Amino acid sequence: MAMIYASLIAPFADFEFMRRALVGTCALALGAGPVGVFLMLRRMSLMGDAMSHAILPGAAAGFLIAGLSLSAMTAGGLIAGFAVALLAGLVARTTELKEDASLAAFFLISLALGVTLVSLRGGNIDLMHFLFGSVLALDDATLLLIAAVASLTLLALALIWRPLVLECVDPNFLRSVSRAGGPAHVAFLALVVMNLVGAFYALGTLLAVGLMMLPAAVARFWTRDITAMMVVAVVTGLLSSLIGLLLSFDAGLPAGPAVILVAGVLYLASVLFGRVGGLARRLAPRRHLEA
Amino acid sequence: MSRVQIVLACLACLASLTAPAAAQDPQAKTVVTVVASFSILADLVRNVGGERIAVSALVGPDGDAHVYEPTPADSKRIAAATLVVVNGLGYEGWIDRLVAASGSKAPVVVASAGVTPRAGEGGHGHAAEDPHAWQSAANAKRYVANIRDALIRIDPPGRDLYAANAAAYLARLDALDAEIRQSLATIPAERRRVITGHDAFGYFGDAYGIAFLSPQGVSTEAEPSARDLARLITQIRAEKISAVFLENVIDPRLVRQIARETGVRIGGTLVSDALTGPGGLAPTYVALMRHNAHTLRAALSD
Repeated sequence: MAMIYASLIAPFADFEFMRRALVGTCALALGAGPVGVFLMLRRMSLMGDAMSHAILPGAAAGFLIAGLSLSAMTAGGLIAGFAVALLAGLVARTTELKEDASLAAFFLISLALGVTLVSLRGGNIDLMHFLFGSVLALDDATLLLIAAVASLTLLALALIWRPLVLECVDPNFLRSVSRAGGPAHVAFLALVVMNLVGAFYALGTLLAVGLMMLPAAVARFWTRDITAMMVVAVVTGLLSSLIGLLLSFDAGLPAGPAVILVAGVLYLASVLFGRVGGLARRLAPRRHLEA
Repeated sequence: MSRVQIVLACLACLASLTAPAAAQDPQAKTVVTVVASFSILADLVRNVGGERIAVSALVGPDGDAHVYEPTPADSKRIAAATLVVVNGLGYEGWIDRLVAASGSKAPVVVASAGVTPRAGEGGHGHAAEDPHAWQSAANAKRYVANIRDALIRIDPPGRDLYAANAAAYLARLDALDAEIRQSLATIPAERRRVITGHDAFGYFGDAYGIAFLSPQGVSTEAEPSARDLARLITQIRAEKISAVFLENVIDPRLVRQIARETGVRIGGTLVSDALTGPGGLAPTYVALMRHNAHTLRAALSD
């Protein structure tokens, strides 16, 4: 009992920065998990990646104008993320270029522009923090922002749940019975950008999608039911946060990458042993027939 | 991995665009073109070389030379230089590759040669040397002597000028050293333990009797882990720490988190691994040392 306390509870009981990091990453997991599942089911995983990079120049522009100001960087990030989401869709719809290629183009432009802007004002330390975040140094304002994003995400998903699920399952049917698809799609993109901006502060632009896409991919291997997938994704995110932070505490690994690595390990385990379409499942029945 | 490479490529392109062209004096007075690895060294070289030399720094004001990514423009500048001055002690891990790749024939002078190196307490057990030797005025005198000798070797006709400049500047450094000692002398013994963002002040601490602790080790390269941060906070709680300080090359949020969590006061900003811009806290080496001493004194003596 004492050992369990010492290894699982004490780090959080003794150190405020651990509590803050845990609250921050758990709030992220709550919001980003479900959003990630929808992104994955709609084959928009790459979109999440592109948008997380798009946030960098926006946040950097805010940084350039106002320094390390949460409101300026958040506003910039939201605007830039949303702009790239819409522009990439527009280019794909109105030109010959396929959406994945146009996303790749925008993701490169954003990253280059973002790095340029950050370097104009700051040194390379600032740049490292923009790219990898600072999960061990979350202040009150940042935590409030992340928690607000998570709450808003869950509320909004409850509201637009039906059109979103329908669009994953049968977009043609949705179009024939309702005109909610368009607005729901835009609202959903806004949720993606918001969650990525929240994750940007904790994990940085390069890892922000980690708590969004990895838990979603894990969920895909355990159930076919969308609601259950959301639950699995959220639980995966929460577990990754907890174990990742404890690993960072015990083994001295950098905190943000540790959280994402744990999610990555859970993903690999799911690929191998997942109940739905995991490798072991696919191979096992044949062996049973032979025996 | 490819994303990291993309980032690096972006950095390289960017820096080649923005890097200032090698400073070239149109007046024909300039005899030697010196490239220094970072801003503090460039300031020392400028003080010794005076008008006979043109000096530029690869890593400019407020830049962090621990993790610098050299650019094609840097390579060009080194190829055109007649003398390259580096800190040594493992500070600029990237410089050897850069000099080799540039094809430069310029001699490379290690400014810290002859300084007694301090063992750095690298957070992960390996004891590398602490490169921040310029943080004591006595060591800076060693730097200046090395720079003077190198300039005389490469440009013998300028010997008198270099020797005179160096003598004058060494006298200033002596005065600076005495001034810092006097300024910090009144701080009571039990208040001489402070926290900084990374381990940059070991030499300063040894020379002037202040103990510096930090979450990041001697290089800014390593991301602090939760374990390192927890150790430091435990240590702050157990021992009597007077103040925590921000640094000009370090993200302030981590230090603020430590201050918030332990209730220790933030004493101000210390200038560690780079000069600030012309209008900043410390545009020259002497101003840097003076600023740090003032900041420490103000935070620790009340």
